[in-house]
Amino acid sequence: MPEAPMTLTCLLTETLRNPALANRYSATEWDLLIRQARSARLLGYLAQSFLEQNGKQVNVPDYARYHLESAQWSVKRQNEALDWEFKLLKQVFRDDAIPIIALKGGAYVLADLPISRGRLFHDIDIMVPREAIEKVETRLQAHGWKTTHNNAYDQRYYRQWMHELPPMTHRERETVLDIHHSILPLTARIHPDAGKLIENATPDPENRGILWFAPEDMVLHSMTHLFHDGELENGLRDLVDIESLLSHFGKEEAFWSRLCERALILQLTRPLFYGLQYARLILGTHVPQETIETVAPWGPGRMVRKLMDLLFTEALLPAHHSCHSRTTGTARWLLFVRAHYLRMPLRLLLPHLIHKALIKDLDKEEELSNKFKQIFADQEKE
Amino acid sequence: MKLLDLNQVEISHSLAHQGLRFRIGPFSVSLHSTFSSVSDRIGFFYRDFLTVDDDQFIDFHIHIKKPDNLRHWIRPQSVFSFDGFVPFKPLPANQAFPIFEWGLNWCIATTAHQLLIIHAAVVEKNNHAIIMPGNPGAGKSTLCAALVCRGWRLLSDEMALITPNDLKIIPIPRPIGLKNESIGIMGNFGEKHEIGPSVMDTSKGTVAHMRPPTESVKQANTGVYPGTILFPTYSAGSGVELEEVGKAIALARMTEQSFNSHILGVEGIKVMERVVSRSSVFNLKYSNLDTAIARIDELIR
Repeated sequence: MPEAPMTLTCLLTETLRNPALANRYSATEWDLLIRQARSARLLGYLAQSFLEQNGKQVNVPDYARYHLESAQWSVKRQNEALDWEFKLLKQVFRDDAIPIIALKGGAYVLADLPISRGRLFHDIDIMVPREAIEKVETRLQAHGWKTTHNNAYDQRYYRQWMHELPPMTHRERETVLDIHHSILPLTARIHPDAGKLIENATPDPENRGILWFAPEDMVLHSMTHLFHDGELENGLRDLVDIESLLSHFGKEEAFWSRLCERALILQLTRPLFYGLQYARLILGTHVPQETIETVAPWGPGRMVRKLMDLLFTEALLPAHHSCHSRTTGTARWLLFVRAHYLRMPLRLLLPHLIHKALIKDLDKEEELSNKFKQIFADQEKE
Repeated sequence: MKLLDLNQVEISHSLAHQGLRFRIGPFSVSLHSTFSSVSDRIGFFYRDFLTVDDDQFIDFHIHIKKPDNLRHWIRPQSVFSFDGFVPFKPLPANQAFPIFEWGLNWCIATTAHQLLIIHAAVVEKNNHAIIMPGNPGAGKSTLCAALVCRGWRLLSDEMALITPNDLKIIPIPRPIGLKNESIGIMGNFGEKHEIGPSVMDTSKGTVAHMRPPTESVKQANTGVYPGTILFPTYSAGSGVELEEVGKAIALARMTEQSFNSHILGVEGIKVMERVVSRSSVFNLKYSNLDTAIARIDELIR
């Protein structure tokens, strides 16, 4: 197991690496652990690993147990609500032959993976083939879903560059639905073939009409999302997803070679390298030696790797002030810029970041958006 | 040690630095604030509450602070945060103490799902608890304050905390929130109670708080089982009318008033059903507080 760098002194990550440590925690350490877990949206996960029957055999004092049990209630109800939403979604598409793939949290719940018993999330994510996206949108609109981000700039941003539609919300239930047609933006440097992901998807054995990614693809998607998407506030939670998926699927020996094969086919070797590297480094995830050797050449050069180790071990700490050093903000910011750089070529990225920085005043939005339209129109002519 | 064992300077110092740690019902709170109104009112309303030692667990780390922008030069504001998370927009600075009370309600209602939480006042006498769920304006807080002035024990003016296993109501006596006319009414009602300064122009109108009785705070560890559920309605000029309510209707109305039945789901409704089935349930229409209290006293005889 690789040694964690010196900066890793966060109680939550230490506890995730070695839950038995908690048996010796004082009241003030439990206090800090619960706070860090709540900020990192990992209270439910902690509850699952400490309190469930085949849990880690930790003696949890009552004052902390209440917070964990409370989080378990939230997860339980969320999962029921999610199951219900997918039943309704199946109804929406009952007359179409469109494959609807549940992504991330939703997929974990439908596939009944261990991680789903402790995970809280906000939105429902689905993926559909790109050619079906208009039909999907129309169908959803007819069933009470409406689009958000109604200004011209944002609509264009999503529809022309992104791998998803602007989020839709349901008029009555207020559920938020993200509809993807790929796992990375159209403008990104690498282009995993969404068709291959859909072909390989697992059908629902309970016949709810929804599919989810095959185990290897699910892991690769989770890694791609974390290491190419730039939203690192919930980074540790996403890394815990990866660790939990790996330890669940990895029990089957053949999984690891399939994982490497799929990474090659889908052009996702770099996210796989990072995912395994930081799951091992930060959470102590077990990865077979053979796999470590296979992915080693897929990482960046030595210097970049050292830099990334520094940045990610810092940026993936819980979003709690007790884990913030003077450089945490900078690390997150640098990785945010890196992720955006990977998502879009600079000629699109710079105007976009400038636009987002300026758009604080809604009145100005339309006016600025028109100006930018002109800039983009000029660029496209070139 | 109680907060009254600290002088006002010590309270202000703790609030401004390491955080003032004290116990409110089943919860422990660490409060940070530099507002003098917060420090004055915490010292006044919470004087009988126990402090919590530095080596103990804290449920809610709360800050009431000034926003990090230039606005405090023009129109000062106060911001509530729960361990760094800000659930509401800032409010004018004169609402710094009320925002603590409202924010603490939010913390409990969103994180304490190990309990069934109902929006209700709870009082007790002779080991008989009365739960008074209330729509805003039904006069639940006024009636609760009046009962407390006449010797009933205060368990809560805002939320009934019910343990799912044994249905015991866990006391959380806190300052009783009074709005608009009820501030004046309660000012004339009794002698023992004490009402703090009014805060005007909040989203609820003018608000003031009444200090929870020392005796109620002292008994904050003693839970009570539900006995009666009362749905009060203030109706100007009416006499006291008590009318029995069917159990199914009571269950529906209690569920409507629950803060976390959407999280506890079927299990929560089952707990509520057990609470309702062991209680007598009435609608109470009243206009005069003394006659209403006399009628309620008869209920537990």
